[in-house]
Amino acid sequence: MHIIDRRPDPGGKSLANRQRFMRRARALVKQAVREASGSRKIREIDGGGAVTIPADGVHEPSFHAGRDGGMRDYVLPGNKKFVSGDRIERPKQGGGSGSEGSADGEGEDNFRFVLSRDEFLDLFLEDLELPNLAKRQVMGDAIEKRHPAGFKTSGPPSSLSVGRTLRRSLSRRIALKRPNPAELEAMRRELDELETAGGDASRIAALKAEIERQERRAKVIPFIDPVDLRYRRIEVTPEPIARAAMFCLMDVSASMDEHMKDLAKRFFSLLYLFLTRRYKQVEIVFIRHTHEAKEVDEETFFHSRESGGTVISSALIEMARIAKERYPADQWNIYAAQASDGDNLSSDNARSLAILRETILPMAQYYAYLQVGRGDYDREDGVFARQETTLWRAYQELIRPNLPMAMRKVNDRRDIYPVFRELFERRDEAAEAR
Amino acid sequence: MARARKTTPIAAPAAPMTGEPLFTGRDWDFGLLDRVYGAIQEIAESELKLDIYPNQIEVITSEQMLDAYASTGMPLFYKHWSFGKHFVRNETLYRKGWQGLAYEIVINSSPCIVYIMEENSATMQTLVLAHAAFGHNHFFKNNYCFKQWTDATSILDYLAFAKKFVASCEDRYGQENVEQILDAAHALMSHGVHRYPGKHALDLRSEQRRQEERQAFAEQHFSDLWRTLPKTASRKKRDGEDERRRQMLGLPEENILYFLEKNAPRLAGWQRELIRIVRQIAQYFYPQRQTKVMNEGCATFTHYRLMSRLHERGKITDGSFLEFLHSHTSVVFQPEYDDQRYSGINPYALGFAMMEDIERIALNPTPEDRAFFPDFAGCGDGYGVLRDAWANYRDESFILQFLSPAVIRKQKLFRLVDDSEDPEIVVASIHDERGYKAVRQSLSRQFDVGRQDPDIQVADVDLAGDRKLILHHNVVDGITLDGKDAAKVLHHLANLWGYDVKLLEIEEGETIAAHDGSPSRAFR
Repeated sequence: MHIIDRRPDPGGKSLANRQRFMRRARALVKQAVREASGSRKIREIDGGGAVTIPADGVHEPSFHAGRDGGMRDYVLPGNKKFVSGDRIERPKQGGGSGSEGSADGEGEDNFRFVLSRDEFLDLFLEDLELPNLAKRQVMGDAIEKRHPAGFKTSGPPSSLSVGRTLRRSLSRRIALKRPNPAELEAMRRELDELETAGGDASRIAALKAEIERQERRAKVIPFIDPVDLRYRRIEVTPEPIARAAMFCLMDVSASMDEHMKDLAKRFFSLLYLFLTRRYKQVEIVFIRHTHEAKEVDEETFFHSRESGGTVISSALIEMARIAKERYPADQWNIYAAQASDGDNLSSDNARSLAILRETILPMAQYYAYLQVGRGDYDREDGVFARQETTLWRAYQELIRPNLPMAMRKVNDRRDIYPVFRELFERRDEAAEAR
Repeated sequence: MARARKTTPIAAPAAPMTGEPLFTGRDWDFGLLDRVYGAIQEIAESELKLDIYPNQIEVITSEQMLDAYASTGMPLFYKHWSFGKHFVRNETLYRKGWQGLAYEIVINSSPCIVYIMEENSATMQTLVLAHAAFGHNHFFKNNYCFKQWTDATSILDYLAFAKKFVASCEDRYGQENVEQILDAAHALMSHGVHRYPGKHALDLRSEQRRQEERQAFAEQHFSDLWRTLPKTASRKKRDGEDERRRQMLGLPEENILYFLEKNAPRLAGWQRELIRIVRQIAQYFYPQRQTKVMNEGCATFTHYRLMSRLHERGKITDGSFLEFLHSHTSVVFQPEYDDQRYSGINPYALGFAMMEDIERIALNPTPEDRAFFPDFAGCGDGYGVLRDAWANYRDESFILQFLSPAVIRKQKLFRLVDDSEDPEIVVASIHDERGYKAVRQSLSRQFDVGRQDPDIQVADVDLAGDRKLILHHNVVDGITLDGKDAAKVLHHLANLWGYDVKLLEIEEGETIAAHDGSPSRAFR
């Protein structure tokens, strides 16, 4: 009997099969992910978790008997009151069929399983791309990278280096003069020949003694000795990575209601998720503003209310200041997303544009402006096109190709994800530029 | 396979040291496993006279157990999405706490590989060793189904070959093309076994050699010139067709995969080899399907006996024994038919009850037993009768031969007849004098794999016309196929065959249903 400890073996043996399954069910899973994310809270969105796909898509068919018809005959345990000849009403079909199922429970209509966080996000953010990602991959704090680094004398069986072990075994065997089988065989043959030919008796005796000596040697010196064992060594080294700073700018003046803030929050959350997928380190700066801007923590950012007018340039100045102090553009990838209802003090528009054009856009990788509206607004008075807000009109003047800026309007929660996709969709011209 | 193994040599069986428990707490280490194994081995060999393959005990984590689940317990298997599907399913059930994991997995190979989980307590490890390393192991080595159909010494090498071959095909022909063949072959897996022994014994090692030789030959003799030769006249082609038709005279053939592997006109060599691999693996697992009750019964009976002896000898404490009994009783629990937990007959319970009863009949029979089992009632050698049963029966014949009235009464078995033309279900027989034999016969049929799988055969090929493949399903008792699934399988079948297929369901010479399938696209 052998006992083998398999616990140190590398896990994840099923990973390849799992990936094959995911590829197979990709379209279904993608659909399910989109649906699941709709019903989820924004903070839970990156948690992975269970999704349900229709079992039909991944069904494995086989020839087997149908459920209905024919004459069936079966034995059951636990008779209580029946005697032979009793007649029992047939249990109702239809409702009962679900519980019967096949042996492994695949009779159910749905196949439910858990996605890992990465799988979930991969599907969720598929086909999206960060604009200008390749432009500035700058050095930041370290991540760990594993790479082979020589050999060591102990380790899990799976990391045994067979080649290296045998090489050491060979040199040890040569050094200790372990007889090799061919030599032994040659000596035996010679002995045989001498014996059959009736050769020199002393020579025969000497040969016999030598063979015996060599055979003992072969036994004493093992083919592989524990000292020969060598295992592959993996070293972990830090590796520089790219990092990003994300600025969330939001108007919190009284005109922004809870619904609008919720929309903005959802958008920011998606952006954050997306950035964490691409950068190992993502810093978030929350700047809220009325007529004056302030950096705050997340809680305050989303939940406390302030009153005052709306001066967007205040937030832009604050952002430029923080970026200059803490996130110099040669060391950080800077992304900014601004959410507002579009009501700006009209005298401020020119100033905002100037700051954007001269300070922020040159240092930012991407600047997204999201104009949030009331859910019921646009849809009902579709006929009367709503007048564009002052800020929207101002920004529109700014927009031109090759400028890392985009703007969209969102009125309803369900628009967030499509709008987000639209903003970050992989573009062909971007591919050409690279 | 050059895998390093941390091995622990077995200690010589310890001298009986009555009254000294092997362990007291729940913790265990490798030394303890050794001593426990030695103690079990001593009883298994001297008292039960078990004959086993050498054992290889592998300690794994629960994560690794989940991995093992996905590939039907085998330590290595080719890659396919369906294993991934089972993996995510089991993982979900396990993580949500809806399903526990098995304490062990045992593989019919030589050496016999027994996976045990590190989470098990010392008592559970003892139980698992007795159950798998001795019970299942003995059954694998001695039962005729396994002897006839499986090659325990080379299954692992064959699986390694299969894995490598599938991977190389994926590299060469693309994952999707390989998947298409495997999907189709998997759908036909239950109809890819030989049910009757052929001319020569199975030898998986030569299988592997055969494939390698064939490939080497093809590579050696490859000459690009052949491709440039002008196509030969149609006459020669007709010769080939004739030959092919002669080949097909082997019909009817119930091993559909075998038929396709040999005769499907449009498959390439590697595609045939893939089908062959699926077929060989189906054949390897076939005995396990035929001997569920016996295999589990044998293992359960063995562990129960070994654990009781260990306890009697004072090798395990009363506390451990109670822990064992708790687990044992839940294993052999048979919910009654109207219980919510009822999900069919529990093979552990049935097998264990029957085997206990066989021993009782051999040692201490009632007049009724003597009437039913004149051959061995009161013969005095319970283990001998059991060993004979373990070696020479499968579920169907075992139940037909050994299910005693006592067990039928104990489990209160009764037989229903459900005729779709009758508005009501009839209780045909119950556990009484008149019913024993009918119940026994019906239960035996219920465990007959030959009846569980519909009897489908390749009947004919229309070679002169559109090459349509005709299959027949011999309908028994008016039970037809599940139409939706049948259509899907036929689609797979048509993909392998390359042309249309038709399945006729025939009862007493009359066609009562028909299904068709067409290939989605021809293979390259």
